[in-house]
Amino acid sequence: MTDKPQRLRIANREFASRLIMGTGKFASGEVMAAAIEASGAEMVTVALRRADLTGKGDKFANILTFIDAKKYLLLPNTSGARTAEEACRLARLGREATGSTWLKLEIHPDPRYLLPDPIETLSAAATLVKEGFTVLPYINADPVLAKRLEDAGCATVMPLGSPIGSARGIETRASIEIILEQATVPVVVDAGLGAPSHAAEAMEMGADAVLVNTAIAVAADPVRMAGAFKGAVEAGRIAYEIGLTPKRRQAEATSPLTGFLT
Amino acid sequence: MAQEAHELTLRYFGRTIRLFAPLYLSNECINICKYCGFSRDNPILRVTLTPEQVAAEARYLWEQGFRHILLVAGEHPHFVSGNYLRDCVARLHPDWPSISLEVGPMETEQYRPIVAAGAEGLVVYQETYDRSVYAAVHRGGPKTDFDWRWETTERAYAAGFRRLGIGALLGLADWRLEAMAVAAHVDYLLRNCWRAQITVSIPRLRPAAGEFQPPVPVRDRDLVQFVCALRLTFPEVGIVLSTREPARLRDGLIPLGVTMISAGSHTEPGGYTGQGREDLHLTKAGRRIDSEGEYATEQFEIADGRSPSEMATVLNAMGYEPVWKDWEGALNEVS
Repeated sequence: MTDKPQRLRIANREFASRLIMGTGKFASGEVMAAAIEASGAEMVTVALRRADLTGKGDKFANILTFIDAKKYLLLPNTSGARTAEEACRLARLGREATGSTWLKLEIHPDPRYLLPDPIETLSAAATLVKEGFTVLPYINADPVLAKRLEDAGCATVMPLGSPIGSARGIETRASIEIILEQATVPVVVDAGLGAPSHAAEAMEMGADAVLVNTAIAVAADPVRMAGAFKGAVEAGRIAYEIGLTPKRRQAEATSPLTGFLT
Repeated sequence: MAQEAHELTLRYFGRTIRLFAPLYLSNECINICKYCGFSRDNPILRVTLTPEQVAAEARYLWEQGFRHILLVAGEHPHFVSGNYLRDCVARLHPDWPSISLEVGPMETEQYRPIVAAGAEGLVVYQETYDRSVYAAVHRGGPKTDFDWRWETTERAYAAGFRRLGIGALLGLADWRLEAMAVAAHVDYLLRNCWRAQITVSIPRLRPAAGEFQPPVPVRDRDLVQFVCALRLTFPEVGIVLSTREPARLRDGLIPLGVTMISAGSHTEPGGYTGQGREDLHLTKAGRRIDSEGEYATEQFEIADGRSPSEMATVLNAMGYEPVWKDWEGALNEVS
């Protein structure tokens, strides 16, 4: 055990931060940039549908200009795609426009709860991995699907804690525990983390990273909230690396009464 | 209600408001609707823009910042045919990331080529869900068939439209009953058209040619209550607000649940750049009477005349990001 937290390794890259930031729902590009900075994140996901993909520098679709490509790894996402075909098409356009081969694969045909389609996601992942993308798929917390995506060559799996934006925390705990137990790729808990304590909980469980957006973007002070999540993720990770004290039914005195016997 | 509606809207949509612009293609119409400026029996100046003229109007809107466009037309199988609409959409796709239509109801098979040409959304208001009121205000034309109109969203969904907009024209019947009916319709669509994004518009009757007076006026506070109730019932459903409402009320409604607004709108074909002026003509009871005129007649008067850039500044000041582009045309391509 060293006193330095382990670094996150995804595909061939290492990251000091285990917090990935989303970029939706912010009040302005400036606030978003400041929150990303405060979060310490090194990887940032952006919906391709919000970005200018024409290469013409559209100032009315300039979300990417607020993200310093030298400082952050850009993780374009396919939000809006309902099928594997649409996701692949968008991914290729995104790669041309942004130069990033990393991709957060999101396929949610249901615009109400934005729950990911496992069948389309697996199909798109297989195609995109073959085309050289580093694929990070957003999935329901389904342990079998997670293994299938690993087999397809995905760089991570990203199970949801609860539906996007719901702030309900880790409602899929039992399934995420199985995914963690079986995974050979990093596991990123992706959605529904509404409070820093939820992020810490995911990290204590052994998640390799978390992705947070809504809870920071819509906070009264997104920059300070980003700092709060940063602290929570770091604390949770350190606790996991050390190993949490097991829960017991009875109290156990911090100065044992029978200490003189040893 | 307002507090909770605000919090839900923030959680689901964040501090962002999407902007869109209506582009009127034609004010020709074969329906007789008592409240509408385009009604067949109104002697007004009419015109149908050619796809080239539509593209010119769209270019103006593009320069203003819009990337989401709503093509609006009266119902007229000759002037506003399926082929015509397909040509207009094809002329704008793939430059425009999001193209929606608000036109007379059609068959599923008529919609397919329009979707294939790049259209993403279809908006159709039932106007009123009260069948007796519906019969009283719709006096002629295919729109008299309540059920044909009611089933439009499902036909559009079957044809591949991914965004379905509905609404009641507030002021025709008791707004509370209309609100209940809209909610039932949304619930039905969420179950049956589960892959579509559902949006609800909240149009309130405005002064228009024909001088129709709303039989059951809806007060500002009623409209606010409707928006809040809609948001509390359906946290994830988009709520659309047009320039029918005055600036002060629009600004007040935005934090309560509105997710998409228009700005700087014209409700007459050619209204942005004067396209189609050379073909303006007066019609009386459906018959063409050529006449000299400057502008086509609008569908209704707008109340918020702020320009798109002014609106963006207002949104920024309110703590919202104006989102001009939130879709990608490539997603619409049909294989």
